[in-house]
Amino acid sequence: MQANLTAYGFMAPAGLLVLLFFFLPVLIVLYLSLTNLASANFTSNLAEMEFIGLRNFQTLLNDQFAKKIFFNTIFYVMSTLALFNVTAALIVSLLTAHINRRAGFVFRALWILPRITTSTVYILIWRRMMAEAPFGIINQVNTALGWPTWNYGAENPWVFVILVNGFIGISFGMIIFTSAIESIPADLMNASLVDGSTYLQRIRHVTLPLLRWPLLFVVTYQSLSLLTSFEQILLLTDGGPGLYRTEVWALTAFHRALSNYFGNTQWGYGSAFAVVLVIIGVILAVVYMRVFRFDELVAEPRIEVL
Amino acid sequence: MEVELSNLSKKFGDVVGVEALDLDIHDGEFVAFLGPSGCGKTTTLLMMAGIYRPTTGTIRFGDRIVNQLQPRDRNIGMVFQSYALYPHMTVFGNITYPLKLKKVPRQEQQRRVEAAAETMGIAHLLDRRPAQLSGGQQQRVALGRALVKEPDILLFDEPLSNLDARLRLTMRGEIRSLQKRLGITAIYVTHDQVEALTMADRIAVMNLGRLQAFATPDDLYERPPTKFIAGFVGNPPMNFLDIEFAQENGTLQLRSESLELGLPPEFAAAAAAADGAVTFGIRPEDIILDDNGPVSGEVFVVEPLGRDDLLDIIVGTEHFLLLADPKRKSRAGDRVRLSFDMTRAHFFDPRSELALSWK
Repeated sequence: MQANLTAYGFMAPAGLLVLLFFFLPVLIVLYLSLTNLASANFTSNLAEMEFIGLRNFQTLLNDQFAKKIFFNTIFYVMSTLALFNVTAALIVSLLTAHINRRAGFVFRALWILPRITTSTVYILIWRRMMAEAPFGIINQVNTALGWPTWNYGAENPWVFVILVNGFIGISFGMIIFTSAIESIPADLMNASLVDGSTYLQRIRHVTLPLLRWPLLFVVTYQSLSLLTSFEQILLLTDGGPGLYRTEVWALTAFHRALSNYFGNTQWGYGSAFAVVLVIIGVILAVVYMRVFRFDELVAEPRIEVL
Repeated sequence: MEVELSNLSKKFGDVVGVEALDLDIHDGEFVAFLGPSGCGKTTTLLMMAGIYRPTTGTIRFGDRIVNQLQPRDRNIGMVFQSYALYPHMTVFGNITYPLKLKKVPRQEQQRRVEAAAETMGIAHLLDRRPAQLSGGQQQRVALGRALVKEPDILLFDEPLSNLDARLRLTMRGEIRSLQKRLGITAIYVTHDQVEALTMADRIAVMNLGRLQAFATPDDLYERPPTKFIAGFVGNPPMNFLDIEFAQENGTLQLRSESLELGLPPEFAAAAAAADGAVTFGIRPEDIILDDNGPVSGEVFVVEPLGRDDLLDIIVGTEHFLLLADPKRKSRAGDRVRLSFDMTRAHFFDPRSELALSWK
């Protein structure tokens, strides 16, 4: 009993934080999604807030843009994940693991810059890059080379949305993959060379198969975090240009609940969007855990050979 | 295939791994690299394997200088301390891997893997994965993988260190007889002097990146050229004592703070000319418990080794290790008398630590 009390005592601060800043907000959002709370009908008397059941979700289903936003989200998550968070991260870690140690460290440090740069600053840099002629840096290069200028923001918004998020996403996978590659025993790497493989064959036959678990982990973690990320898109395109061209689900939740046109915010309706995202996230997490057998992943390190 | 290392050095930044190593290894010879951790023996092996590039010097296999060759072009087989089996491949996959990379036809792959597995006694394990094998079985698979491509040279990096004592004994004999039968030149890195002494045709003793000696096991044991080798080769290790010589009644005496011993005549001439202090070395088996012996001492510690008791005996202020018959039932505190077989004495210069060859 005494020992239990001590244990609970030590767990209390962390438990309290999770309770206060995760479970409680989820419950509040869940409750809000069942109300009509909006700036249009907001009074200082919260008791006037009307409980409207699932009507918000009904509205959401019939929303003419919900479908587009849904597929935008899938497109955004899958492309960023496939091109950058996994593939580019893997390429960066493999390349930096095969060059001089110090040089490899420098390159990896450079790739972390997008993640540690304040997002407003980071996005300002990108907006300056992609701006229209004669202001944008890319367009200035185009002009200097005699190539036609281009309005990237209007013509190719997705390319930049994915680049902007991909450059941030690389560092996570890169760190995981690099540490996994470095924890492959040196003997094993040497054995492969002595057995007759080239460096590329070694990557193909030895390194990649041993990275299976880190790969699955990065896919899981990053797809869930991309699903809920929106601040870069908010700052870069704000979901545009035009009607919802690059709007993703998490951004819609934000727009509806906190930043709607003319201050007409719909807290209840926005919460419904957020709740859908939470449900999708939980379902995906469970599916990943089942498919990738995460219990085995956490049970013991897979790279250990001895 | 002959192997010739000449003026071979490897530096890691300012740290010297191996310095100016010269060595000739004959075709079909079994050479052990022996030395304590960090002496440069594994660095040398990895240079031969092509993993490390030498800072200076050349490595020659037969009449080819291989310095610039990638590991895959050197036709070597290598066995590692950690076995280094590919955990995601079956035993068959592991052994066939070198053949697959060489693009050997599939049928021949099958035939050669089966032959190698047969040789190593692991034919029944081909479908298993490394994690499902015992340490000994894993080491056999590793050996099979090294042999299957019919290498010119076999490199061993402490291959038996992770096995239990009994298995180590059998694998020692097996590796040795396999190597003799196939006639492949073998280079074997170990810190275990028993392995080196029992398996190798010649032993290269290394310390602090330098070659200390390159000689047959017998030579190293009987005539150690340096104090380091005298202390490193042989278990329990040789006893060392700082002594001086003195004339008394026309005979030559060896003297330390607590010991006085007569010297046999064959040492006399040289010892008489010795100037000042000398390091005296004598192996534990050359000190005998003898009730009529000239030296008296007291048993300090008894370590039963089974066949022998290892005794630590204090003579005055000096400690000596020696081996005694367990039937004597020696106990700490026993008063004993000792005689020294001075014909087997070794002497070293205390400054250069080189052997003084006086016999």
